Amino acid sequence: MAVNAPPAETKPLSANDPQTIAEQIKTKFPDALESASAQGIVIKRDHLLEVARHLRESLTFDYLNNVTSVDFPDRFEVVYHVSSIDRGGAPLTLKVNAARENPVVPSLVPVYRGADFQEREVYDMMGIRFDGHPYLRRILMWDGFEGYPLRKDYHEPYFEDEKKPFGTRWDQGHHVIAEDRNPWHDNVQYPANFDAVAFKAQIDTVREQTLPDVSPTRLKTEKMILNIGPQHPSTHGVLRLKTTLDGETIVGVEPVLGYLHRNHEKIGERNTYLGNIPFTDRLDYFTSMNNNHAYVIGVEKLMGLRVPERAEYIRVIMAELTRVISHMALMGFMYNDLGAFYTPLIYALEERELVLDMFEAASGSRMMCNYMRFGGVARDLPDGFLDKAKHLVEERFPRVLDELETYLTGNEIFLARTKGVGVISREDAINYSTAGPVLRGSGAKYDVRRAEPYSIYDRFDFDIPVGTAGDVRDRFLMRLWEARQSLRILKQALKDIPAGEIMTGKKNYQIRVPKGEVYGRGENPKGELGFYIVSDGTPNPYRYHIRAPSFINLTALDRMSKGYKVADLIIILGSHDVVMGEVDR
Amino acid sequence: MSEGMQQIQIVQNEDEWLEDQVRRSVFVASWDKVIDKIIDPLYNWGRRNSVWPIGFGLACCAIEMICTSASRFDISRFGMELFRASPRQADLMIVSGTVTKKMLPAVVRLYNQMAEPKYVLAMGACASAGGPFKEGYNVVSGLDKFIPIDVYVPGCPPTPQALLNGLMTLQKKIDKQTIREAAWYKKGQAEAIPDPVLGPDLIDARRAEEITMLAHAPDQLATRAIKIQTKAETKHEKK
Repeated sequence: MAVNAPPAETKPLSANDPQTIAEQIKTKFPDALESASAQGIVIKRDHLLEVARHLRESLTFDYLNNVTSVDFPDRFEVVYHVSSIDRGGAPLTLKVNAARENPVVPSLVPVYRGADFQEREVYDMMGIRFDGHPYLRRILMWDGFEGYPLRKDYHEPYFEDEKKPFGTRWDQGHHVIAEDRNPWHDNVQYPANFDAVAFKAQIDTVREQTLPDVSPTRLKTEKMILNIGPQHPSTHGVLRLKTTLDGETIVGVEPVLGYLHRNHEKIGERNTYLGNIPFTDRLDYFTSMNNNHAYVIGVEKLMGLRVPERAEYIRVIMAELTRVISHMALMGFMYNDLGAFYTPLIYALEERELVLDMFEAASGSRMMCNYMRFGGVARDLPDGFLDKAKHLVEERFPRVLDELETYLTGNEIFLARTKGVGVISREDAINYSTAGPVLRGSGAKYDVRRAEPYSIYDRFDFDIPVGTAGDVRDRFLMRLWEARQSLRILKQALKDIPAGEIMTGKKNYQIRVPKGEVYGRGENPKGELGFYIVSDGTPNPYRYHIRAPSFINLTALDRMSKGYKVADLIIILGSHDVVMGEVDR
Repeated sequence: MSEGMQQIQIVQNEDEWLEDQVRRSVFVASWDKVIDKIIDPLYNWGRRNSVWPIGFGLACCAIEMICTSASRFDISRFGMELFRASPRQADLMIVSGTVTKKMLPAVVRLYNQMAEPKYVLAMGACASAGGPFKEGYNVVSGLDKFIPIDVYVPGCPPTPQALLNGLMTLQKKIDKQTIREAAWYKKGQAEAIPDPVLGPDLIDARRAEEITMLAHAPDQLATRAIKIQTKAETKHEKK
């Protein structure tokens, strides 16, 4: 495509059109459909599994993007987004209704393994049970927690009002702090007649793991449970891994999440749309610009806003700069995990600082940029930004990436530790709903920037690198290659950026979002970051769900590390590039 | 008087002279003086310049903590670059990020495991008071409800400069310490902070009896909450 072509209208490909698909399902399963519209296909509960299997096997919807649920006054709705890796296009929305009393829905884990953690999350947050799920336990909160937090009738201890902005906190002539508004004088609430003295916490259990038969003559050894984390120098945050070992061989890994569960979704449903932008910064705190981008794309889609040219370019420049530094930093972190403490990382962080300075000049903050707005960006670029960016993109970063490649990719220890380690096949990577470099490292050419081009990515000339082996080394190289492609995009964007407006319309604190729902997504450095937003026409989103790539990538960790040695687990995890802020949300 | 010639002092009073000589060449001190002038400064000098933090990143602030330890901001200037993986070897816990209820038992345990003298620095709004996530159901609104905190660093996240300022504040605090008052030189063992329990909600073990009592007395419980007007009520009143 020509570099300066006018922005193409993104139409769903006919193969992904809900109406067409609904017709095809109808001919195969006459009584499976409840209704079908542009908003999605509503399937009867009993037929969900066979329809999903048909979609996957016959209609090549092999990739489950997202599973979430919405709490309506009369029912629960479980929402699935599926798409095809080869075909791309907007994902197809499937919905299943569940009763308000004792909601049960068949589990999709037998069809899409990637549904595993996502269904557990839905169960944890909304209390919808999934029939046939192999391990339906709470995932973000702990077992024994009282209540299902994302139900609309759940009120947290510091509950103040249904919607923001709140009323005055000075109605008594002085500020009343949250602690005093709660009878327990802390952020807690207990059921009536609860006996805290006699209470005994539940005992931690481990998911039953089975070892694939390695050799019949193997020595019989006893399995050992090794706990890694939540405070561990190489878990990239507060991740906990319950690892079952046979000798030194990994039998199974069960990630225990939720140590950084900061209730983004509950808070987000109370916030105004604009108020959510700074919260998206804190999802994946390495890549705040990309998070902003994916979120504003979602809401703009719903509002039908068009963004001025200059703002689109600024957004792409910011997002790609973020991608470059995120990938560079990861290469350093992976070496950290291999035992090369800090030295490669310090080189990467040095480059990161240069970009952070530019972000600070543009947005006012180093990390939490809070830069994008619905219909544009918050401020125009400061003087000298483009020159600095050009210097970095054209001279400094290519040199640094070459240096990193020279010193890091051919290293003998690196090769010995990463080649053929943590292998996941293309089929498994797709079936486990991995995204981003993990998916592409296994050979699946799927990048949201190409599959469903958003913003102005369809004008740039860039490739999607793919790996072949699907091992840790490929995932490492993916970062290097992708950073190079980002530089290619940046070069074009910095050359073509026009002058002009940076915002459509006036700056507005309270935007009006029409009724409807949208799944807005963007390609984060970690993978597909999606925002599923349901609007009821009020200033606050009715449902605000984040499809976090690192969270879903962790589903495949068990599959990837089975059979390898425990020392490999750290580097396999490192190659996922997990950021706990996003995993736990 | 030419150079090289010694000046001869005539001693008027031998006692005074002797006292003066003794003062100059013999160290006469009380135990208090030894502590104030020698032991405390020496201890504090050593301590302030070799504060080893525990390598413990919680959330976003951890990234700024890493930046602080990288080449540009260079935490080594303060002798603090040795991030220890084990709490047993660490002097300082930089609580860099949101402490959630699920994480709190681990944080308290880490604090208990640290050897004295130990310091805690709350980095950022979340660790200090809950921050932007305070209203969340899984967020501890301020770690100081559970463990004592020495320095609070504001910001979301604080810049590396702010963290360095916090560390320098901690150094100043260490400078003022004396072994006569420091808790870890008192007789008897320091009491560990009891691990919080994860029940239907977070249970602070020190408040367990109070919680049980209140849970059985709904009338008393209701009186403890200060009600504020919601927006709808304010609107209604205006009408």
